[in-house]
Amino acid sequence: MILLRAIWLTLLLTMASLLPSSAAEADLRPIIAKFAAASNFSGTEAVVRELAASGDPLVERPLSALADGNLYIRKADSQVFVGKEGGDGIELLDPLSGEKAADAAKADLTKIKVNNGLRRTIRDALGTLTLRAKDASVRLAAAATMFKTPDAANVGPLDAAIAAETDPAVKTMFEQARAASVLVSDKPETDKLAAISVIEARGDRDALSLLTSVEAGAQGAVKNLATAAIGHINSTLALWDAGQNIWYGISLGSVLLLGAIGLAITFGVMGVINMAHGEMVMLGAYTTFVVQQVIRTSFPSLFDWSLVIALPLAFLVSALVGLVIERGVIRFLYGRPLETLLATWGVSLILQQAVRTVFGPTNQEVGNPSWMSGSFDIGQLAITWNRLWILVFALLVFGVLLYVMKRTPWGLQMRAVTANRRMAASMGIRTPWVDALTFALGSGIAGIAGVALSQIDNVSPNLGRGYIIDSFMVVVFGGVGNLWGTLVGAFSLGIVNKFLEPYAGAVLGKIVVLVLIILFIQKRPRGLFALKGRAVEA
Amino acid sequence: MRGSFSTITKMFSAGVLAASLLTAPARAADDTIKVGILHSLSGTMAISETTLKDVMLMLIEEQNAKGGLLGKKLEAVVVDPASNWPLFAEKARELISKDKVAAVFGCWTSVSRKSVLPVFSELDNILFYPVQYEGEESERNVFYTGAAPNQQAIPAVDYLMSADGGSVKRWVLEGTDYVYPRTTNKILEAYLKSKGVPAEDIMVNYTPFGFSDWQTEVSAIKKFGSAGKKTAVVSTVNGDANVPFYKELGNQGIKAEDIPVMAFSVGEEELAGLDTAPLVGHLAAWNYFESVDTPENKKFIDDWHKFIKNDKRTTNDPMEAHYIGFNMWVKAVEKAGTTDPDKVIDAMVGVSVPNLTGGYSTMMPNHHITKPVLIGEIQADGQFETVSQTPGLVMGDEWSDYLPDSKNLISDWRAPLSCGNFNVATGKCGGKGTN
Repeated sequence: MILLRAIWLTLLLTMASLLPSSAAEADLRPIIAKFAAASNFSGTEAVVRELAASGDPLVERPLSALADGNLYIRKADSQVFVGKEGGDGIELLDPLSGEKAADAAKADLTKIKVNNGLRRTIRDALGTLTLRAKDASVRLAAAATMFKTPDAANVGPLDAAIAAETDPAVKTMFEQARAASVLVSDKPETDKLAAISVIEARGDRDALSLLTSVEAGAQGAVKNLATAAIGHINSTLALWDAGQNIWYGISLGSVLLLGAIGLAITFGVMGVINMAHGEMVMLGAYTTFVVQQVIRTSFPSLFDWSLVIALPLAFLVSALVGLVIERGVIRFLYGRPLETLLATWGVSLILQQAVRTVFGPTNQEVGNPSWMSGSFDIGQLAITWNRLWILVFALLVFGVLLYVMKRTPWGLQMRAVTANRRMAASMGIRTPWVDALTFALGSGIAGIAGVALSQIDNVSPNLGRGYIIDSFMVVVFGGVGNLWGTLVGAFSLGIVNKFLEPYAGAVLGKIVVLVLIILFIQKRPRGLFALKGRAVEA
Repeated sequence: MRGSFSTITKMFSAGVLAASLLTAPARAADDTIKVGILHSLSGTMAISETTLKDVMLMLIEEQNAKGGLLGKKLEAVVVDPASNWPLFAEKARELISKDKVAAVFGCWTSVSRKSVLPVFSELDNILFYPVQYEGEESERNVFYTGAAPNQQAIPAVDYLMSADGGSVKRWVLEGTDYVYPRTTNKILEAYLKSKGVPAEDIMVNYTPFGFSDWQTEVSAIKKFGSAGKKTAVVSTVNGDANVPFYKELGNQGIKAEDIPVMAFSVGEEELAGLDTAPLVGHLAAWNYFESVDTPENKKFIDDWHKFIKNDKRTTNDPMEAHYIGFNMWVKAVEKAGTTDPDKVIDAMVGVSVPNLTGGYSTMMPNHHITKPVLIGEIQADGQFETVSQTPGLVMGDEWSDYLPDSKNLISDWRAPLSCGNFNVATGKCGGKGTN
């Protein structure tokens, strides 16, 4: 009995929800059809406003399609459709119901053009319409747009939405959006003063931006409170700015560390001035590109794993090239730094031109996997995922390398050969092989650095050029032959650079850092942490 | 060691011999007209310039298929100045004196152009320069087929100030630290101030070449944009630095609806290395977009894909400039009846050829051409969609009216004036110009 009743009720409810919507649909269709007649952006905008004014949540589909550039007019009969890119044409969907209506070739359709102004209008319109959306993230986005575009008319809908809201995070955002709208309305002063406190509590740049414009247009108590709130937010933000500089510095430091860590082996431990180091990084980045190409064409579902797959491959490719360079060129030049410098410079040019010939001179697109895109906030600090992962990765690589150097027999042999080659040879260590493998290790690590750097930089034949100078700087500053020195050197250079940048500008900042390093090297020629050893003294 | 040294010498001399054998028949043949191509094929600028070399080879091949010029076949002489500015001058000299080319198509950066200028005036040859540049120059031997600032920068700023562009009130001028951005920004700053923008609403910032850590700059832009006024970024950031710049913009969530970035050096080629989905709506100002829907452009793109054997390669604005420049040169040679550079230079002024955006471009007496100005928004597929276009053609203005040093200067290479920097205030040729 209860079951029957329940079914009956659901049926009734669905009918009830269907009926008004179909009536509204009938009203909306003629408005949507007007898109075909709109000849310019302002014409399209008028139609958008008319649709938004209907207040019907149904208009979300055509409006978001328009914002994404997916709304089309069929040339034959001027009908408006939502388009979906299919195999070799465009699948046409009904703009309101979203059901498939037809297929068409691209040539038979006219895309309705949008520009930034239109996208903004649509975003604002959707904000009001999606206040009651089921998805909390959509409601959050709606609140965020309403906060940025306050409107006295928004107070009513927001009051209703606040009353119905259960998610505390969304509720706070709604309250802030309401406060913003109150400030531009003609509500009594007490309401406005309360609104300013709500916005002050938010305390970010958007709040500051809003209060600045309120301050400019207000008088009396409202103006005074707004001024006080602005001062308050500014002083908090100044603190966050310092925190932000430190974070940017650490992040730049991690990039420097990645670039320099391979060099810390080849130059630091072995003493080879390897000008082709940057090209090892570049080869790693190109390996990532090739891996992503293969994944895109053959296994698209694996795309988020592409970097993980690329890591060992990049290590192998760069290590192999490094091995060939060591066996083919460098081993003949040990103890002759000038010739090594010139020879490896030549090798770097050869590698660059080879890559240019194979892949072409233009940039290659290396995509960011989803877990490396976007950012999150800690307080007023926006931290981008890709920078965070690169920091974690740099520290991980450093840890592994440190372990290899200090805790494995191979590391012991490497250090022995560096400290005293002849003694090591007398103890039965095959020094030529240790040399070759050490060089390959340093190159391989440069290769995996390339995988990480492909996420934030150009993948072009010139990629390595940008890192070679900085890498040498870090290794020399940190102390040749000392891995910890490289770590400390990279992070301190990064942080100093980022603290200088906002005041001195990027160009001058870099010059100042360079001068500081030169002065420092004058004082301590062996860098921060000097390594003591027989070979090093020689 | 001695043995290996002598082997190297042998190999070297063999190489020289082979090279001279290869060029020998070319030098002997007198029934071809030689065209020099002076674009970097290696080094940092190869990324942009290699494409221009390819498009020139394609244009020359097409002209030959049409029967050549003055009954002779055209022959391309390609040299590689390797992104090395002094080498540009050396290679230019080699092209003109040794290979006896009738005209040279080349250069990208302003500094490479400045380095070859004396060579071209000394040996009296012709250079076609296809890239948008900072202006403040007009030489008898150079034809500027790229945009002058008033054909790109000024209309772009006008668009941003208009209601369609978002009525921007606050400006960030972000550039790479070299002559083109510095001069362009100087002109823009003067222009904005003449439009009543107060100094505190303009922020100018420069970064080094190939800059890759944009975190501080992007957050400074964010901060500057939160002053309650509509803000836009005008970017003269060059080449390689653009990809990390746009990646950082995307990651820090700067949307084009909030703070649009208008770029002067970002074309289809630069976007090819990027996932453009987070960048939809950011802008660029050019005189040509690959997405322009005209029959001429469709044919050009098809020919290009066939020539380069890759239908994913994009076309861009400097390629169109070479297309226009080459066709103008062909027409001027036909008009003059000779390839003698001295006569061709005089025949060039007034020559009018179709461009790829559905109109005609004409060579003006100041050696700049008329072009339409297009503003495009970046789309998710890496193309631009034109959102605004100047109603007519804009004539290139070499001496900016907004700089005190150059506002009285004009250029007219026709007789009897024949002067690149005529001062209308003093009535004398030889006024002041920057650089």
